[in-house]
Amino acid sequence: METTDLIFRIVLIVIIFAISLVVAMYSTYAERKVAAFFQDRIGPNRAGPWGILQPLADGGKMFLKEEIIPTNATPFLFIVGPSLAILTACIGSAVIPWGQAIVIGGHTFDLQVTDINVGILYIFGVVSLGVYGIMIGGWASNNKYSLLGAIRAASQNISYEISMGLSIIALLMLTGTLSLKEIAEQQHGFAWNVWRQPLGFVLFLVCAFAETNRSPFDLPECETELVGGYHTEYSSMKLGFYLFAEYINMFISSAVMATLYWGGYNYPGMDWVAAHVGPTIAPIIGVVVFFGKIFFSIFFFMWVRWTIPRFRYDQLMDLGWKVLIPLAIANIVLTGVITTLLN
Amino acid sequence: MESLSNKRKVLEVKPLNFLERAYLPAIMGGLATTMKHFFKKPVTISYPEEKREFSENFRGMHSLKRDENGKERCTACGLCALSCPAEAITMTAAERKPGEENLYREEKYAAVYEINMLRCIFCGLCEEACPKEAIYLDGDIVPTDYLRKDFIYGKDKLVEAPLNQ
Ligand code: SF4
Ligand code: SF4
Repeated sequence: METTDLIFRIVLIVIIFAISLVVAMYSTYAERKVAAFFQDRIGPNRAGPWGILQPLADGGKMFLKEEIIPTNATPFLFIVGPSLAILTACIGSAVIPWGQAIVIGGHTFDLQVTDINVGILYIFGVVSLGVYGIMIGGWASNNKYSLLGAIRAASQNISYEISMGLSIIALLMLTGTLSLKEIAEQQHGFAWNVWRQPLGFVLFLVCAFAETNRSPFDLPECETELVGGYHTEYSSMKLGFYLFAEYINMFISSAVMATLYWGGYNYPGMDWVAAHVGPTIAPIIGVVVFFGKIFFSIFFFMWVRWTIPRFRYDQLMDLGWKVLIPLAIANIVLTGVITTLLN
Repeated sequence: MESLSNKRKVLEVKPLNFLERAYLPAIMGGLATTMKHFFKKPVTISYPEEKREFSENFRGMHSLKRDENGKERCTACGLCALSCPAEAITMTAAERKPGEENLYREEKYAAVYEINMLRCIFCGLCEEACPKEAIYLDGDIVPTDYLRKDFIYGKDKLVEAPLNQ
């Protein structure tokens, strides 16, 4: 690998890391603002103009809170839990293609940290690791409420991973590749996968809500039944990590969803734009479009959260096992039949 | 049993049809409803900058009144303290000296008069009990502060400003 390439890679990694953190940080602010607007309120508006310094104030508060490790907790695992949660949340971004290859001063650079040819499997691996952070944290707390919350999280994630995987299989039958870069390239212009896989998209969306523990599937947290949830015993920045991981997860799963179904950085008329503004600016416009899709998707997550009441736990399991999995299998069969007939 | 009021309404529980069981149409409806609220004007009143108009019988901070000649009306009878359900009022009485007639209306007056605003429940019973029409809860909302001792309001904060000012 050339030195310029290597430097570009490192810069890209740092930028993506920073962007994920900033987006997650401002998602907390956006969540509160969006919630307020949905409820005819104003939302946080005291820290800085329109309250835009609120996330910094929240972060500062988190750091200043007392750091508690309960006597009966397992100290090592107690600390590993939140660290693992935020780690797995962050590394998911490595395989996402943020844009087309960009040409700067004669060099061509990929706007993707690494293009492994099993990108989707990698994403799945990372997603299923995500539940370990919650599991370990809840277990190590040595508190029955935390443990119950953790078990809920684990069984929910495992159930919904299956239908998520099945809904992806139908997509892979069409794309014929596991590499996220190629999947994004195939959707050039307006040939987005969502037009060909509407049912698959809905299934994936529902599972994404469940995987990120977002309402209406936010069962691992429950003040009325579980005191807090898997993070009952956590305080200070360790709690902050858990909450933060949720927002990073939301960002990453929005990015994955945009790449798989909504065409990633592709938009109608991109060829015309590329011909007019040159190979340096055009990919940047693509990145902006991609982020527009991600932000809309994050907004959608919040929109749903402030609209739909949560499921009961048995309803959650019913939906996962008795509805989504059969639908996903039907989708696979349907996709297979249609592709065979069309060929 | 025969209903006495004739208001009883028999509800029949219909099984959900397919669309209702599919959740999604209902969820779409819900999303549309919340979206409508997204663009509505917020009902919030940003308190210190904006104030809602008080109702006519709003009970706010107390003030100790003066009469038409600018003399303090309170005679330290203690009826307000006695009537106060929260025991928020204390006072020390003093006798009016010759030459102080322009300050105090009665021969006895309150040298110290304190209301603990943390105890007060703004019931207005002190106002009702006062035979001299000396105390009224006609002020603003009691402001916040950091220390408990700063919530004990003395005469400096309670007595009305003198007339000729
Ligand atoms: S308003 Fe009620 S509680 Fe307050 S000082 Fe008067 S009598 Fe006591
Ligand atoms: S305020 Fe009225 S009731 Fe209270 S001590 Fe003075 S005169 Fe008596």
